[in-house]
Amino acid sequence: MYISIHRYSKFNVTIQTDQKKARGDTDRSNGRPTVSTNRSRERPRRKKKRYGERLAETLIRAVSFTSFAIIILIFAFVFREATPLFFPPAQQTVTTEDLQQETYGDDESLSTNETIEEGRKRSTSIETAGGEADFTLDNLLGDEWQPVSAYPKFGILPLIIGSFKVTIIAILFGAPIAILAALFTAFFAPRWLREILKPTIEFLSGFPSVVIGFFALVAIASIFQNIFGYEYRLNSFVGGIALSLAAIPIIYSVTEDALSSIPKYMTEASLALGATKWQTALFVVLPAATPGVFAALLLGVGRAFGETMIVLMATGNAALMSLDIFKPIRTMSATIGAEMAEVVFGDTHYNVLFFIGSVLFIFTFALNAVAEFYVRNKLQKRFRGAA
Amino acid sequence: MRMQSTKIKAENLNLFYGDKQALRNINLVIPAYKVTALIGPSGCGKSTFIRTLNRMNDLIDNVRIEGSVVIDGTDIYKKGIDVVELRKKIGMIFQKSNPFPKSIYDNVAYGPRINGLRDKKVLDQIVEQSLRHAAIWDEVKDDLKKSGLALSGGQQQRLCIARALAVQPEILLMDEPASALDPIATAKIEELIYELKENYTIVIVTHNMQQAARVSDFTAFFYLGEIIEYDETKRIFTTPKEKRTEDYVTGRFG
Amino acid sequence: MNRKIFGASFVLASAASAAVIVAVILIFMITIMIGGWDHLTWEFITAAPEEGMTAGGIFPAIVGTVLLVLLMSLAGVPIGTITAVYLSEYANRNSIFTKMIRFAVNTLAGVPAIVFGLFGVGFFIQFVGGGMDSFLSGTGEVHWRQGNILWASLTMALLTLPVVIVSVEEALRSVPGDYREGSLALGATKFQTIVKIVLPNAYTGILTGTILAVGRGAGEVAPILFTGAAYYLPHLPSSLSDQFMQLGYHLYIMATQSPDVEATLSIQYATAFVLLVLTFLLNFAAIILRSRLRARAR
Repeated sequence: MYISIHRYSKFNVTIQTDQKKARGDTDRSNGRPTVSTNRSRERPRRKKKRYGERLAETLIRAVSFTSFAIIILIFAFVFREATPLFFPPAQQTVTTEDLQQETYGDDESLSTNETIEEGRKRSTSIETAGGEADFTLDNLLGDEWQPVSAYPKFGILPLIIGSFKVTIIAILFGAPIAILAALFTAFFAPRWLREILKPTIEFLSGFPSVVIGFFALVAIASIFQNIFGYEYRLNSFVGGIALSLAAIPIIYSVTEDALSSIPKYMTEASLALGATKWQTALFVVLPAATPGVFAALLLGVGRAFGETMIVLMATGNAALMSLDIFKPIRTMSATIGAEMAEVVFGDTHYNVLFFIGSVLFIFTFALNAVAEFYVRNKLQKRFRGAA
Repeated sequence: MRMQSTKIKAENLNLFYGDKQALRNINLVIPAYKVTALIGPSGCGKSTFIRTLNRMNDLIDNVRIEGSVVIDGTDIYKKGIDVVELRKKIGMIFQKSNPFPKSIYDNVAYGPRINGLRDKKVLDQIVEQSLRHAAIWDEVKDDLKKSGLALSGGQQQRLCIARALAVQPEILLMDEPASALDPIATAKIEELIYELKENYTIVIVTHNMQQAARVSDFTAFFYLGEIIEYDETKRIFTTPKEKRTEDYVTGRFG
Repeated sequence: MNRKIFGASFVLASAASAAVIVAVILIFMITIMIGGWDHLTWEFITAAPEEGMTAGGIFPAIVGTVLLVLLMSLAGVPIGTITAVYLSEYANRNSIFTKMIRFAVNTLAGVPAIVFGLFGVGFFIQFVGGGMDSFLSGTGEVHWRQGNILWASLTMALLTLPVVIVSVEEALRSVPGDYREGSLALGATKFQTIVKIVLPNAYTGILTGTILAVGRGAGEVAPILFTGAAYYLPHLPSSLSDQFMQLGYHLYIMATQSPDVEATLSIQYATAFVLLVLTFLLNFAAIILRSRLRARAR
């Protein structure tokens, strides 16, 4: 069954002088020729065209799937390069012929006659010149990170502690400032100031982190050393403060959005009861915006924890484990950043770096998931009645 | 002379938004080449009903339709009906005029172009013809490249009518076409409707009873999703059969 | 009385916080400007580095950066736009597929840049590149299985995908529903409506998304640390399998590993300045576009 249709291109387009006059005496067409198309019940070409529609939609869906596929692939390939640590391929005995020069370039480890697999197996059993791989869980959870040595140590504990240290400093310093600034922008600032303030602070989020790191390296580090007079010029304190510059814009933006989206009637009700602006902000709006603020914090933490360039340039990059914030540290991300370019493919060192990357990925992934689910649920519960 | 024939017939039509029923058991016959007006207080289903005629309700989530709408002998809600083709046969004018942000020419030519018509000469002729039939040709003919959005409200609405006419439909659905317009523009639209019915079947939703009385041949009174009464316009407004109809047309409510 | 003081100091504290942030931004920018100003000449931008980076310019780094973001946009903007079209025009809000995609986009936005770099190594270099090498030459010769501008730009495209998607979706949603209804009522198909009416009216958002992505791509260094960036190359990249120089990477190496840090210090400042100016211009353009978009949506 089909409805009668007309296809211009299929029809005889006839030009005829318009005989019909519109009702009323004005001849609207003025005797000019009009175009009419004879409509007949003809079978439409629509079948072909609708397949085109379907095809277009399927292609669009397929391309959209890319995002999801990438997440899966990231999981797969980052983890994949770390798994040899836990499921090592069969060890081969080390013969003198197999021992090769210490190699720190990607190409030289592969001779032209080997396949990739054989090359990988070989190098897993020879780490550095003279040493045999000694990868154990103890090693991994140890407290020394010295991958380049006769007895390589892959203790990731100092790295984890480094990441946490610098993140905590960044958040402790940056979060209150960002939240207070957001409160100011959303509540106390006059309109014109708000229009200037918001884009300016959000502009900070566009600064490349390498520039922030550079600024910390050349300027902040010296200033702080003069002020505080500590021993190491680059340390977790400097790195943490620099890192806060990266976290502040995110915490600020999300908090400010959350504060602004509190329905007006709430603030008006509070003011009508005789509360002052700051009381309203502190006791009504901020609590109501808690899910959003919490999400902002989580996002800020995620950003700080995963940041690489700033810590690479400003923390001194020494894998020390200490509670002293004025000592240098090494974060997980910085380790990967600094050492990845120099490792041999398939090396234990290489695998450990990927392992660190996996841990980093899981941590930020979990943070993200919590932020999303928690915020979504809390927000829904809170505002379901209000909506 | 054309016989009075049925163009559209709604049979036992029910429409649900989720659990809410918006149309109850609608049975309505819309004759060809006449103007049928749908009147009634706000929210009583007139717009919903008119949108079932070209299946624009399909665009809304959660809509369920029972019953049938038969146009030229075919139930358009049957399985396998090509909705896109259906909409080419039916033109719709919306309450708020919505010309595309394109030139006047491109607005009117949009319909023919998506049908594959490329010949510039033919397009020119169709555009002129449609603008004439929409009674706006004289006002815009000097500058067809001007943006459709640069016209006044009344002109925009007539542009939308021209755009709909360019697809050469058989039926025109108008959902409160003049409600956003001033009295002079409204009068122009009404005059246009009067002329158009010579060649098109027109269904018009209006909350303006005087407009319905002026313009239409048949009128259906909708209330709470049902048709209370349907008759020749003359009779609805002078001797309505139902009390509710009488109350509404005399202004006692709505 | 106590309450008043508390209230006043609270307001003051919040104002001070905002002021501190703005002050830091200004000091930041001014410091870099002052440090690099005199080095910023036309030759600097158009000449290559000389004498171990202690003299000369940063032209190849600029070229490398431009090529990188160009390739990155070529790969990322179409995918991001199509995904945004799906989310805005086709997606059924309750379907599992839609939720999966949204979740993936949000997650992608939170993945640390360095992890993208690892992905670039593990997937593009080793898996794809390795596969290409064994397929094409079979002799173990390494051609694609190493860092180059192709892998680096693909990695960056993935990194900036969420930015593009969010911007374009925002623009698509701001196209009034009236236009879509009008087009569909005329008998156009959904695809025709999207291509002829919706997308053309959303080009502001596509542009915004591209600009934001480019801004990130030009400044982000972590993902390219080991997927193809290099400190000194004798010539500009001429094929996809070449390595490349990049502004941010250049700054990083110069600041942390160059043998004579003092001599190169002003160059470092100048490079940082160039990066900042670039970022500023791009973000500024994006902001203007976005406010035009919001104004039109009214």
